[in-house]
Order: sequence, then structure tokens, then C-alpha cells
Amino acid sequence: MAQKIIGIADLNTGKGGDTLVTYALGSCVGISLWDKEKQQGGLVHIMLPSSRENSSPQDNFRKFADTGINELIQSLGLMGSPKAKLEAKIAGGAKMFSTNSTIFNIGERNVEAVRRYLQLMRIPIKGSDTGLDYGRTVVFHTDTGAFEVKATTKKTVIL
Amino acid sequence: MALTNINQLSEMHLDVLKEIGNIGSGNAASSLSELIMKPTDITVPAVKLLDFNEAINFLGGAEIIALGMLVQLVGDIKGKMIYVIQQAFASHMTETLFGMPIDDLLTMDEMATSFISEVGNIMTASYVNAIASLTNLTIDISVPEMTIDMVGAILSVPAVEFAMTGANKVLFIDDSFIIDGSEVRSNLIFVPETKSLENLFGTLGVTV
Repeated sequence: MAQKIIGIADLNTGKGGDTLVTYALGSCVGISLWDKEKQQGGLVHIMLPSSRENSSPQDNFRKFADTGINELIQSLGLMGSPKAKLEAKIAGGAKMFSTNSTIFNIGERNVEAVRRYLQLMRIPIKGSDTGLDYGRTVVFHTDTGAFEVKATTKKTVIL
Repeated sequence: MALTNINQLSEMHLDVLKEIGNIGSGNAASSLSELIMKPTDITVPAVKLLDFNEAINFLGGAEIIALGMLVQLVGDIKGKMIYVIQQAFASHMTETLFGMPIDDLLTMDEMATSFISEVGNIMTASYVNAIASLTNLTIDISVPEMTIDMVGAILSVPAVEFAMTGANKVLFIDDSFIIDGSEVRSNLIFVPETKSLENLFGTLGVTV
């Protein structure tokens, strides 16, 4: 049983009683993938919608929705959890400042990109807590699949 | 060589930004001193380029509650400034002015909130003026916006902007003010558009 902290643009996996934690998602999105039978899964913290925009070869590809989720799928595959066994939960994608002057809402675009990519991979989304204007911390339990979403002024939500 | 993102900034570039930081912090200290009617001094600010995750640790950890103020820069220099105020700084300000410390940023009353946002306005304007006066460029700023939340979530705003340019770092100015004998810190994150950064260095005759 271990607690693993996942930073920005990073991912990790765990099994059994492990908990995977990512702190303070703002416009970023946290995505868990879970294999119920094997009681194992992973969590990725993405920042941007697509590796096709704004990326250079030196980039950390965990920061993009598509390549980040894809790497997590690969890692879980190596642990014996094929894509068809996985289910997803997502949180984040907030708009931290209510500005209208920002040309586009990156949080919302991140959430859309995550949903689109999971659909493409045929991974069902079993729970989500996204959007609005506040930060969220995610604690994901790999044994039960429970996905806790904590915010500073809100009650903790368990997906 | 054209600049594509802040990962490419050299020591010399950072020195220029540090000088801007110096002037900005000096301006800020005198404005602050007028506002709170107490002698306010400043130590030399540190200008840092930090990885996203390092930056969060530097601010005390992702879940620390902070107040963030965002202003948009338009004109010859385009971009954003995000000013991060933590509880200790806010509390010291309100205690100095009203004799009322703040225990928790989340439960601050309206008067304290509006005062702290005024402090934020002054600070960001001081830095913008420093850049404008040093370079003779015209910069306008938007009406500031404020949020109080986990510092990691606030920092995601500039981090994403930098990440869009392929950078994995944020540009930080760490200020220490000495107000009435005690030291308090605040942080400013400057997110210039890459073209604007070239413009800034170009105007100052610094090769990019």
C-alpha cells in the first residue's frame, strides 16, 4: 500500500490499496483509468488538449490529453490490463479567472479533448466533476476505484 | 536566433529581467508605503525560472491557499501578470493598516478583500510601469481579476500559457518586503508572449 503523488504533466499507476494523488487541478484535468477485476489503475495530470498543437520534440508528452492518456493506457497494458477492461473518471478543467478577455477557455477545451480521446479509445467515463471556477485535488484508490475530489470551499465528492 | 520560449533564456536575459524586477519592486515598495503609511523597504528580488512542479513547491505546496490576481497586458508588450499573495503577507498588510490580522484568506471580509486587491493592483502596476519606463514601450493593463484558491490551481494558469509555447518552466519574481521591521514575501509571475519578450530585449539592445 503506497501513496503516490503525481505532479503536473505526469502520471503513475498502482494496485491494491495504493492511492494516487494529484493536487490542485486548475484548468488541468486529472484522469483515472481503472481495471475493476485486477483492482489496479493509473492517474494522469494533463495540461493541454492536443499534442498536435504547440508541441516540440523535446516536449514532455504527458502534458497533452491524447498522448498523456495514451501513455497511461500503454502502462496499464503492460501490467495486464488491456484497454477493453478500463473505465475512466475525470476531474478538473476549471476556469480559474472569470475573464472574458481570455480568448478561449483552456479548461473547457481540455475536458472536451479528454472526453473525445476516451471515446475514441472506447473507454467509458464512469464519473466526472469538471468546469466551474475552483481548484480540485484528486485522490484515487486503486482497490475500490473510488475517486475523491476535494476543493477548498466545497464538500468532498466521491465519484 | 528567434526565441521560441522561456526555456531558452540565458543568464544575461535573466539579469535584464532582474533589473526590471528591481525597479518594479522599488516602485512597489514606495507605493505600498504610501498606502499603508508605514516605512516599507525591499530586498533585491530574485528572478527565477522554475519547473512547474518546482514552482509549486517554492510557493509552499500545491494545496496552500493563496490569492491570485491576474492582469492582461496589451500594447507593445502583450501577456499576463499573475500576482500571488499568501496569508502571511495579506495578514501583515491588514494588521498594519486596520490592526486586524487575517487568519484565513477564504473567510476574509469585504473590506479586507478590497484592500488586498488594491495592494495587488499597485504591485502589478508597479512592474508594468517599470517595464514601460525602461523600454519606452507603451503597455496598458486590463482590470485585474482575483481568485482565492489552492496555489497549484492558480499557478496552472501561467503554467498552461508557458506550456503552450513548449516551455516547461515559469518566470518568477520573488519579492521580500520589509514593512515596519518584519519581512513578508509575495510573488509575481510574468507571462509575456514570446514575441513581446523579443521586443522587450530588442528595445534594450540585448541580443536574443
